[in-house]
Amino acid sequence: MQATSHAGYAGHHDHDSHGHPTGWKRWVTTTNHKDIGTMYLWFSFAMFLVGGAMSLILRAELFTPGLQYVSPEFYNQMLTLHALIMVFGAIMPAFVGFANWMIPMMIGASDMAFARMNNWSFWLLPPAAILLSASIFVPGGAAGTGWTLYPPLSIQMGMGMDMAIFAVHILGMSSIMGSINIVTTILNMRTPGMTLMKMPLFCWTWLVTGFLLIASMPILAGAVTMLLTDRHFGTSFFSAAGGGDPVLFQHIFWFFGHPEVYIIALPAFGVVSHVIPAFSRKPLFGYVSMVYAIAAIGLISFFVWAHHMYVTGIPLTGQLYFMYATMLIAIPTGVKVFNWVTTMWRGSLTFETPMLFALGFLVLFTIGGLTGLVLAMTAVDIQLQDTYYVVAHFHYVMVAGALFSAYAGLYFWLPKWTGHMYNEGLGKLHFWSSMIFFNIAFFPQHFLGLAGMPRRIPDYAQQFADFNVISGIGAFGFGFSQLLVLVVVFQAMKGGAKASSRPWDGAHGLEWTLPSPAPYHTFEDPPVFNQAEAHG
Amino acid sequence: MARYSNNNRDTNRLRPAFAGRLCAGLLAVLSGAANAAWELNLQEPVTAVAKRVYELHSLLLWVIVVIFVGVFAVVAYSLVFHRKSQGHKAATFHDNTTVEIAWTVVPTLILIAIAFPATSALVDMRDTSQPDLTVKVTGYQWKWGYEYLTGDAAGVKYMSVLATPRDQIENKAPKGEHYLLEVDRPLVVPVGKKVRILTTANDVIHNWSVPAFAVKTDAVPGFLRDTWFRAEKEGTYRGQCSELCGKDHGFMPVVVEVVSEEKYAAWVAEQKTQLAAVAEDPNKVWALDELLAHGEKVYTANCAACHQANGEGLPPVFPALDGSKIVMGPKQAHLEMVINGKPGTAMAAFAAQLSDTDIAAVVAYERNAWTNKLGEIIQPAEVKALRGK
Repeated sequence: MQATSHAGYAGHHDHDSHGHPTGWKRWVTTTNHKDIGTMYLWFSFAMFLVGGAMSLILRAELFTPGLQYVSPEFYNQMLTLHALIMVFGAIMPAFVGFANWMIPMMIGASDMAFARMNNWSFWLLPPAAILLSASIFVPGGAAGTGWTLYPPLSIQMGMGMDMAIFAVHILGMSSIMGSINIVTTILNMRTPGMTLMKMPLFCWTWLVTGFLLIASMPILAGAVTMLLTDRHFGTSFFSAAGGGDPVLFQHIFWFFGHPEVYIIALPAFGVVSHVIPAFSRKPLFGYVSMVYAIAAIGLISFFVWAHHMYVTGIPLTGQLYFMYATMLIAIPTGVKVFNWVTTMWRGSLTFETPMLFALGFLVLFTIGGLTGLVLAMTAVDIQLQDTYYVVAHFHYVMVAGALFSAYAGLYFWLPKWTGHMYNEGLGKLHFWSSMIFFNIAFFPQHFLGLAGMPRRIPDYAQQFADFNVISGIGAFGFGFSQLLVLVVVFQAMKGGAKASSRPWDGAHGLEWTLPSPAPYHTFEDPPVFNQAEAHG
Repeated sequence: MARYSNNNRDTNRLRPAFAGRLCAGLLAVLSGAANAAWELNLQEPVTAVAKRVYELHSLLLWVIVVIFVGVFAVVAYSLVFHRKSQGHKAATFHDNTTVEIAWTVVPTLILIAIAFPATSALVDMRDTSQPDLTVKVTGYQWKWGYEYLTGDAAGVKYMSVLATPRDQIENKAPKGEHYLLEVDRPLVVPVGKKVRILTTANDVIHNWSVPAFAVKTDAVPGFLRDTWFRAEKEGTYRGQCSELCGKDHGFMPVVVEVVSEEKYAAWVAEQKTQLAAVAEDPNKVWALDELLAHGEKVYTANCAACHQANGEGLPPVFPALDGSKIVMGPKQAHLEMVINGKPGTAMAAFAAQLSDTDIAAVVAYERNAWTNKLGEIIQPAEVKALRGK
């Protein structure tokens, strides 16, 4: 996207009154939302490959019973970094990248509200990524606690743990600044006539996500800071010997951790809510109920945290409350799925790659949501907690929910970004190989979990061997399929069929009124917003 | 264990994963796996609570399968009949209050209906009152400690450690039938009795879990949690630690042997006589040879997981003992390290886990093993004198 952004810039050079550096300085000093969005997307893809490689180390070790390639300590470090990198390095920055690129173009703003802070939000990420990845090489290795960092285990870790804590601090700062920027942009910079209830749904999902991030990231920062002082400064927040409680950490962590799930999921819902109507050639069904559902999910996500803690010994009344509250969240989530389904109903459907990924999202996310309903039932959850059933569940929600939707968005907006159509055949191959291998990798894990295979173990009893082989084959196939997207993106950056300003005939929204590729500066004067472009 | 074997695949266990099963079957044929255990459902329950959980899960599975099929039947219809390539023209509707109210209310009613069995199963599960027998379970890195608090066996107390040989884990020997799910001394309980389990931990959070009983409870250091089971069938039931607890988290299985009342009584009698027989004389003066022989056993069971059998440890997290400053230094500091542990690290305080004789023997062993040829002997009385300091 670098090359084409240059091209876009060059093509509109005469409109650019204030000039800006070129070469690497352009990327370091840029305050342009499109440049920053591009950097976010590349960063997240790089982290996705790193985190993915780590998961393949895990699957290689699990391919057969016995210890083959890595020690148990290293296995624990890999599973921890895989999760931290995927959640904080890959998925979250990917959707911030989409927000940067698309929100100003969707609402008719010239840029983000705080353009310089936007630059800093991005440039905080690489140091955090380096801290996290480099922690493998320090004495004692990286944190081996799982991404949940539960004490007292995290108190035992070496300096890799401190590096993870600082990385989380930095990533948290970046996220908070990024969300303040997005919320401010959405609330203040919409073009005249675009009321909140006429705003594209992707903006709504980010508005709610922004608030979730602003509210929950400081809580995580607080929790890891308490860990840090317990480790080094003699406090006992989480140590019973000093009057503290290890379970307190879990309450604080999950008070962040559950909203985090929806921080990842909501923007994904937003993307899908653009793609499905476009390829159904029909307006999104139930826009208003979608908005209410997003807000409801955001709100309820703060009241269900202890469903991650059913086995910690919380009281029966606590378990009952969290069970009912968790069941409640299924209702707005169901409404969203029904709305997407009804949007397709009696549409005029075509199945280009973005639509395929959106459909893949719909199928897999629904499976993940339904197993979530099973896990909501405390008595069943106690049987399945910390087993591969949970691993399957959250990969269906996270990979299918977030990654598939990010791919849907990528293929959907790539023509707008690069000015070229991508290679449809390769895109479809990417979808089908991802879809098939994903299910081979993760569906058998439901059975492993039901049969009682715990998660986070480097070796397992022999009755789990067969499904682990299948899961391993799927994981490697899925991993290597992701390299296809690199080819597709490079091809589209270098050339290919010229994209018109509205390459998808069913797409609506202000971004499609701009030429492809989008000029370096857009909407310097607020555009006229008419009903035809509402509800993308 | 029997629960894991592939002969209990009842016909009533229908599940939606026909594709998965097909795919699994194909692969089994391809790989020629003779004893493949394609378990597709929860383990066979052996307590009333586990049965309720099993039934609740089956109910939920049907509910979600029906919802999934219903929703995606609609999607499939659209995908087939509402394609542009079929010449279908898009409708323009985008709201319908009746439909939207219906699909909010109907799921709510389904959820309320599910909430009733879910609630009563949970209430049952948490009722730990009036047990016949109470056992305290302590999680250690990486083994379980069992202590019978009430009942005939009150006072019986022992450690339960993974029995799978290292060679099998490192693929140097063929793996046994109960690979990674076998221990030296299982928890033994009588059939049909309500057993209350109190969990706690010594170092980090562990989780004591037996799927056939639907029991899974965190063991939190410094706190007591409780759970219970009443096994209805004799047999050996296996589970694993279910909370990441460090390096050997995958290597601390839980094994419970459920035996008849008679067998249990015999087992208790045996434990009591053994207790009396091995009651150590803390004032006994040991010879170096026998002390070192005992010390090596204690070392293998308690220390070798981290510091390794060759004393080289896994630095820097688990330091080497061979040539270590503490081991080669004054013996009081060495003894105090073993007795009190080192807070903030994985080095546990062994005061409560090991007897005076064990501590004396293991410290003497460490000071004489590998290249540490100090030639020193330590008597249990010296440990006793240092305790509590």
